[in-house]
Amino acid sequence: MTGRPSLKILSCILAVGVAGCASFYEIPIETPIAAKLDVSAFQRVFIAGFISGGTDDVDGNLETVRLLRSQLRMKSNLRVVDADVLPLLDVASGRSEAASGSQAREGVAPDAPEIKNEKDLQPYEHIFADADYWKRIGEEYQNPLIVTGTVLFIPHSQAGMVQREREVIDPLGRRRVEPTREYMERKGFILQEKFIFIDGRSGAQIYSEALREERLYNQNDNTPALSSYFELMDEIIPRFLSTLSTQRVRGSRVLIK
Amino acid sequence: MPMRLLSVVVLVAALGGAVYADARSDAKAQVEFGIAVAQRGLWKEAIYRWERATQIDPTYAAGHNNLAVAYEHEGMLDKAAEAYERALKLEPDNVLVRQNFELFKEIHDRTTQSQNP
Repeated sequence: MTGRPSLKILSCILAVGVAGCASFYEIPIETPIAAKLDVSAFQRVFIAGFISGGTDDVDGNLETVRLLRSQLRMKSNLRVVDADVLPLLDVASGRSEAASGSQAREGVAPDAPEIKNEKDLQPYEHIFADADYWKRIGEEYQNPLIVTGTVLFIPHSQAGMVQREREVIDPLGRRRVEPTREYMERKGFILQEKFIFIDGRSGAQIYSEALREERLYNQNDNTPALSSYFELMDEIIPRFLSTLSTQRVRGSRVLIK
Repeated sequence: MPMRLLSVVVLVAALGGAVYADARSDAKAQVEFGIAVAQRGLWKEAIYRWERATQIDPTYAAGHNNLAVAYEHEGMLDKAAEAYERALKLEPDNVLVRQNFELFKEIHDRTTQSQNP
């Protein structure tokens, strides 16, 4: 074990002598990014469920819970609680009705609330501040770190000028790529997630983070909603994970002489 | 008398230049050794070499740049930012240092963007 580094250093001395010509070197690096949240007090994490809305093609609550649990199992030291997903929307609507004297919200059936935008989420967000409720959930699952929040996955379309690259052949027969601007109608999805981290011991919110991603596709692509959801989650998941555990960002830099 | 003064000035200038050249070549040797060890994954040794280089010759931008890269790799992001800034102050037009710094800032900004509620 101790001989290895010294051998390496010896080989470096040789390398310095040999590689004297180049004046810069590209080198791969991995930058460790410290977790945003100190989770050392917790041994378990419970992805409880989300209040979700938007398109009916994807169950934002179930899919987000499944995906986050599987990612945390692979990339976090916390033990992931494998339990049924909480029907948070039902819980929150029950509470809304109780609070407003059992009056259903105007224009929305109490058993199937329609959530199509951020404003529709607001009547349910009080659930995240209900420390007693979360404390009871925490006691049930041995005081884990609880992750909950909102998921909004909405269809989106946009028309306008788009810059694209076009291959052209000049009079001398040479191929060249040049940027062109053209009018395009595109459609896609917006994924807005708000992650709320709750201390299962006290039921208190300890951190929250709102993330938003959108993706537009050519009108003729017919990209399924679920595959777009996973594409957008690919962007969001590293940022979610960096809240709970140290992440290493790979890249390269240039060393100079 | 003026002739004597002139020769003293010339001697001081020559000695100064020689000392500077010596400092630069010593620092360069440290920088080269640091590069060789970093390429073999011995980043702590590389940091030691590049810190030595910047002590020997604080005006050597390459030493500061390489030190910044090593600090970045070790997760010492504040120190990395300072070292990049020193390198750029010494060589503001160095494209390689600037490119490293831009890539570093992308990561650094990401870590400082998060806010508590």
